[in-house]
Amino acid sequence: MAQVFWTWVAAFLTLAIFSFLYKDNPFYKFAEHIYVGSSAAFWLVYLWYFDIKPKLIDAWRMNTGLEKYILIIPAILSVFILLRFIRPIAWISRWAIAFTVGMAAGLGITANLQGFLVPQIQATFLPVWVPSHNFWHSLGLSVNNWILVIGTVVTIFYFYFSKEHKGTLGALSRAGIVFIMIAFGASFGYTVMARISLLIGRVYFLIHNWLHIV
Amino acid sequence: MIVQSFIFLLLVSFKPAPATHVRAYDTPNDAGGSVTVKWDLSKDDSIVTKYEIIRIIGSPNGERVSAGFVLRGTNSYRDVDLKNGQKYYYMIRTWADGEYSDSEITPTPAIPKPQWFHTKRVVALVILVIFTLLLWYYLQLAKKGAPLWIRKIAGLEAIDEAVGRSVEMGRPILYILGLGAISDIPTIAGLAILKRVAKKAAEYEAEIIVPNYDPIVMVAAQETVKEGFMEAGRPDLYRENNIMFLTQDQFGYAAGVDGIMVREKPGAIFLQGLFFAESLILAETGHSIGAIQISGTTSVTQLPFFIAATDYTLIGEEMYAASAYLTRDPLALSTLKAEDIMKALFIALVGLGTIFESIAILTGAQGFHFLKNLFNMF
Repeated sequence: MAQVFWTWVAAFLTLAIFSFLYKDNPFYKFAEHIYVGSSAAFWLVYLWYFDIKPKLIDAWRMNTGLEKYILIIPAILSVFILLRFIRPIAWISRWAIAFTVGMAAGLGITANLQGFLVPQIQATFLPVWVPSHNFWHSLGLSVNNWILVIGTVVTIFYFYFSKEHKGTLGALSRAGIVFIMIAFGASFGYTVMARISLLIGRVYFLIHNWLHIV
Repeated sequence: MIVQSFIFLLLVSFKPAPATHVRAYDTPNDAGGSVTVKWDLSKDDSIVTKYEIIRIIGSPNGERVSAGFVLRGTNSYRDVDLKNGQKYYYMIRTWADGEYSDSEITPTPAIPKPQWFHTKRVVALVILVIFTLLLWYYLQLAKKGAPLWIRKIAGLEAIDEAVGRSVEMGRPILYILGLGAISDIPTIAGLAILKRVAKKAAEYEAEIIVPNYDPIVMVAAQETVKEGFMEAGRPDLYRENNIMFLTQDQFGYAAGVDGIMVREKPGAIFLQGLFFAESLILAETGHSIGAIQISGTTSVTQLPFFIAATDYTLIGEEMYAASAYLTRDPLALSTLKAEDIMKALFIALVGLGTIFESIAILTGAQGFHFLKNLFNMF
């Protein structure tokens, strides 16, 4: 009985959210407010049980030495953030933000260099001719390499900011944006397919779990 | 019959040959708490069912615990969650059905400890050092007053137009920072653009609404908008409640922002930050209410949707250039110049790599793979 009830609730909320496709209406507003409110509450509980409790409170109880006392730093920074609610000393919360932004920028540089830049440069070290048993096969592989190398180089030229995109640089930059748009076109089609499958999942819920048509 | 029984008994009670040459050492380039154990496979590896890694704590006669299992054919194991500074010895137990044989215990202990320097990141370090030197050089140039130029970026040029249009229509401005946390670089770039938008909004006495996904980003956004209003000389117009937290659920956030869009009907919408699957939902709703939209993100999978559904899009690094572009601050411009020189170096490197690889493949001279090998090594 309870399962039937909750299936009806889920179906009603699904249709209420879909009603936004027509226009904003009280059903959508109702579903939206329930969604935003319940998800905010869910994440509050989630953060408590999966972040604050295990990583700060439980870790404080279980660790010893430096690993224990280093937890004082994030704990203090967390308190700093909450000081926003006390107007005269609200400015202290900026320290916590400054620390997080600085740390993120520093970590981000190394992670992006090591995770993206270096492997991508290395992956572009490709021969202009790939020998094979068959000439046409070789040509196919080689053209693939040319596209990768030329595409990478002209795309970098598009992101060259300190010179006006005129003459040769302009031509290379335009070629770069063509490569970028082709890549985006492919990505667009691929992602739309994934989104359609999400829609199919929701429609299947309505006609299978709710209406039992299929 | 006797022979058959003998063979059967032999098979049932068969002890596999033990693993040999077991060695254990602190896992290199890690944050500590880990030991790598290696061994030579048993001569009977083809009938081995599993290798059990036995951890011995303190001394060869210390407490023995099973650290884990690996299947036959595997000759290494990474033992984790260990105590830094503690001595660990290891032994490999080779199992074949119910029978097993033990290897020798490692002759020397392995002591896990963290490493300060990751030797596999030398290339990244070299790139950073070169970039820092370039940055220092162009910073000195900028301080001496050398002109540093930056090309036109349409999406950033359109900010004033979008704010102005919103004011003319008597509608608020909606600024969406996406799903990023404050530790995400696109969010930081989005905040830099927000400051400019807030300043313009204050100058034109326009209302700015910033719904947030992350509470820390909300705090940063409040500070940023307040600073923009103060720079414009209108702190009295700042409304903290307009920069609010919605929810940390992806589609809950999208539903909430969509609701704000259709009810507040903003004249200009900025989508600047890190976006995921909700990008098209937001951009399409913004389009449906007739707002001018300027988007920007580094998410390669979401950029196509922004390009299709918004009026202007900042693609990837164009977002990062926004701060320098909008402030024309010599310090920020010098970073852009240094970045551009690095890009030129990367292009040269790609060219060299292609030439060397081509020579190596066409002539068979393996020495020409050195550049690729260098990147592999570090």
